[in-house]
Amino acid sequence: MANKEIVLEAKGITKKFPGVLANDEVDFDLYRGEIHALLGENGAGKSTLMNVLYGLYKPDSGEVKVEGNLMQLDSPRDAIHHGVGMVHQHFMLIPVFTVTENIMLGAETDHRAKPNEMPLVKLDRKEVAQKVAALSHQYGLDVDPEATVGNLPVGLQQRVEIVKALYRNAKILILDEPTAVLTPQEAEDLFRIMHELTDKGVSIIFITHKLKEVLKVADRITVMRAGRVVGTATPKESTEQSLAEMMVGREVILTVQKKPAQPTDVVLEVNDLRVKDVRGLESVRGVSFEVRAGEVLGIAGVQGNGQTELAEALTGLRHIESGHFTLSGRDLTGRPPRPITETGLAHIPEDRQRHGLVLSYSVADNMVLCDYYQPRFSRGIVIQQNQVDANAQKLIKEYDVRTPSAFVSAGKLSGGNQQKVIVARELSRPVKLVIASQPTRGLDVGSIEYIHKQIIAMRDRGVAVLLISAELDEIMSLSDRIAVMYRGEIVATVDRKDATREQLGLWMAGAHETASSPA
Amino acid sequence: MQVDTTSKSPSQGILRSALDAILIPFLAILTAVILGGIIIAVVRGNPFLAYYGLIQGSFGSAKALSETAVWATPYIFAGLAVALAFKGGLFNIGAEGQLALGAVFSALIGYALPEWLGRDIPLIIHLPLTIIIGMAAGAFWAAIVGFLKAYTGGHEVINTIMMNYIALNTISYLLNGPMKDRDPNNVIARTPLIADSARMPAIFEGFRIHWGFVLALLIALLVWWILNKTTLGFEIRTVGSNPDAAKYAGINVKRTIIITMTLSGMLAGMAGALEVTGLNFRHELGFSIGYGFDAIAIALLGKSHPLGVVLASILFAAMRNGATRMQFLTQLPVDLISVLQALILLFVAADAIIRYIYRIKSKGERVVLTRGWGG
Ligand SMILES: Nc1ncnc2c1ncn2[C@@H]1O[C@H](COP(=O)(O)OP(=O)(O)OP(=O)(O)O)[C@@H](O)[C@H]1O
Ligand SMILES: [Mg+2]
Repeated sequence: MANKEIVLEAKGITKKFPGVLANDEVDFDLYRGEIHALLGENGAGKSTLMNVLYGLYKPDSGEVKVEGNLMQLDSPRDAIHHGVGMVHQHFMLIPVFTVTENIMLGAETDHRAKPNEMPLVKLDRKEVAQKVAALSHQYGLDVDPEATVGNLPVGLQQRVEIVKALYRNAKILILDEPTAVLTPQEAEDLFRIMHELTDKGVSIIFITHKLKEVLKVADRITVMRAGRVVGTATPKESTEQSLAEMMVGREVILTVQKKPAQPTDVVLEVNDLRVKDVRGLESVRGVSFEVRAGEVLGIAGVQGNGQTELAEALTGLRHIESGHFTLSGRDLTGRPPRPITETGLAHIPEDRQRHGLVLSYSVADNMVLCDYYQPRFSRGIVIQQNQVDANAQKLIKEYDVRTPSAFVSAGKLSGGNQQKVIVARELSRPVKLVIASQPTRGLDVGSIEYIHKQIIAMRDRGVAVLLISAELDEIMSLSDRIAVMYRGEIVATVDRKDATREQLGLWMAGAHETASSPA
Repeated sequence: MQVDTTSKSPSQGILRSALDAILIPFLAILTAVILGGIIIAVVRGNPFLAYYGLIQGSFGSAKALSETAVWATPYIFAGLAVALAFKGGLFNIGAEGQLALGAVFSALIGYALPEWLGRDIPLIIHLPLTIIIGMAAGAFWAAIVGFLKAYTGGHEVINTIMMNYIALNTISYLLNGPMKDRDPNNVIARTPLIADSARMPAIFEGFRIHWGFVLALLIALLVWWILNKTTLGFEIRTVGSNPDAAKYAGINVKRTIIITMTLSGMLAGMAGALEVTGLNFRHELGFSIGYGFDAIAIALLGKSHPLGVVLASILFAAMRNGATRMQFLTQLPVDLISVLQALILLFVAADAIIRYIYRIKSKGERVVLTRGWGG
């Protein structure tokens, strides 16, 4: 960005929610053609600020100018009219519609001869499909206009959202944690697309918790904390450490400190497990391994190689075709979740909004989702609400969940704080095995540090941990042993001390012919 | 994020949420009343006189109050039935059939059991048994639908409608055939009168209000308690709000669906049973027409909250009951009440209109169309 022409300027944005000051006199600006990263702790107010810019929330005070023109602050329609587009932290697509249909939705071509005539809306599928194909080609998005959205992997669904914004002539694109759900390869593709867009004059606001990405792709970095902007920096003058400190306001230890593992008895034993995915294809193909008390087994692999199905099978959420598994010596193959949980399983599910939470329930109720009937929380059939609330108060404090109270509904929490509710609930239960799928997805560095400490503390107390993560960093720093999954099979298992990123990367990419398997 | 120092206690939160819950229905009723008044004026009636008649006819005298309670009783039970199913994520359109079956089986036990046994039965046994059989009939009928939903995925809306047809036609056959009142003068499709030992004692001599009304209020309280204070209620609500999370939490989703439908049918059956034991002392074709369908409206208006259901039931009862007086004073057709009810419902269902008219900001969560992730 040679010329620093401001395309978007927000001044003094203040937004209150009941009990929360989410944005406090925030100033923010965006230059033409730049990638401006927005960093901040969970609940710092990033998504809120973006929702204000996109016209979804009306701020209590403040103004937004786009290319010098004041924007009306409570209408996405006006935001779109000014060329602002947004890809939300959760997507807003209709799964049973095709890409074209999703893009047409709300942008039906208006065939009025004169402006004051009755609106005559015509759904011209062909015309839209052509335009989608053209856009897709122009920016290297590789989106098929006729594909049904529900069948697309998340990475592609995200691109549909981008096309949708571009179709509406977005000149300013807001991306709220786009990389959280992407594989490293998909993230690379996204960065390429982002640069393609900025080259053509689009300006991008990019929210992420991954400091490496910020340093790599951003032109400028703004950091928020507790609803305020605490500073702006450039990647050149920043390091991961300095950004982390700016965000959290204290020193953050980015590496996990732990003693060598002391594995004892086998807790989880998996034998030749075969599982099918939603489409009926075999996605776990004869997997065997064991996890001992006091160790962390990390499952590395590019997302979509059967890890999700493996976790779901072991937690009773998915049908097992053949093979079996035992937990603490009990064969639990084919049993529903409850007996597995009661034998001593804690499960941090991959899809937090689908499995992990009831968004309309209070934080307190969500924190007893699996245990509500246990004597700790219920006497006979009567739930002891005071016990439930006390439990929530304790966990909110311990896990630093940023919420106005234990009684607000989980859906009102920021994305990262929703995740913390689940992690707090699961890691606080008395269990023998933890299955953690992407446990720190969407969390800020400070929270990741804390949760990693908790996982190691559980390990040291003699709990077996099965960690499934798409973050190689996370796998490397927490695991005692690492298994690599590729196309539904475990292609290699190594001790952490013998593992190198390069070798793991090769195995994850399918180069397992050379792999030795010292289990 | 900063926490306001004025952070509120949970009790304030409950009050606040209750207020929020009531605001829209209240404004919907208000708007419907105003619009209804305009309609009355257009057909050259006097809206003030009409509403005066409506209120006088429903609350203006001891008799009016008693009759309003009589109307409200089946509304409350059936409304609770639909509301409970809603909480469990199920749409029970079958309350009508479940209610009618409850009534028929109650009547059967009420008149035939002494004959079968060949002796009188004490009230303390006969009356509860009569009610319980009615509840069981409704419960059984709904449980079938729950079972189909849980094990075959068959949609409860289709199946409850089907089951309504089966129930209502079977009942029509029974009341015209094997169960028909054998009194030689009778030409109506109705059962014989039930035995005295199956009848509820009157509360006040000379008024038709019966203990069923009191029971309805108690049951509303019980439903609220079950839904909000017990593990079963937690399970029902969790399955209703997010079945995937319910499964994750170890809740038996299939079983919970069946239990929810069964309880819902039981409440509908109770509505029928109490009409028989408390009011009509028999079942007659046409006695219950429409309660089960009005119940859907009542559950919606009451936002599926037991207290809301009670209030909505009393409102609907008052309108039905006051209509005659209104007609007498203004010569307006009773059907106007249906228009009024429809207007109220329209505004409750399409609450965007109400929010627009009264400039109320929507604070509900936005609709999530695909579940991506985060929030
Ligand atoms: N609709 C809402 N109602 C009430 N409070 C809300 C709502 N949306 C956000 N908040 C609160 O505002 C604060 C800021 O939330 P926001 O979603 O902007 O955080 P964020 O910076 O995006 O965090 P994350 O990194 O976890 O996504 C949080 O404390 C959250 O609880
Ligand atoms: Mg956010």
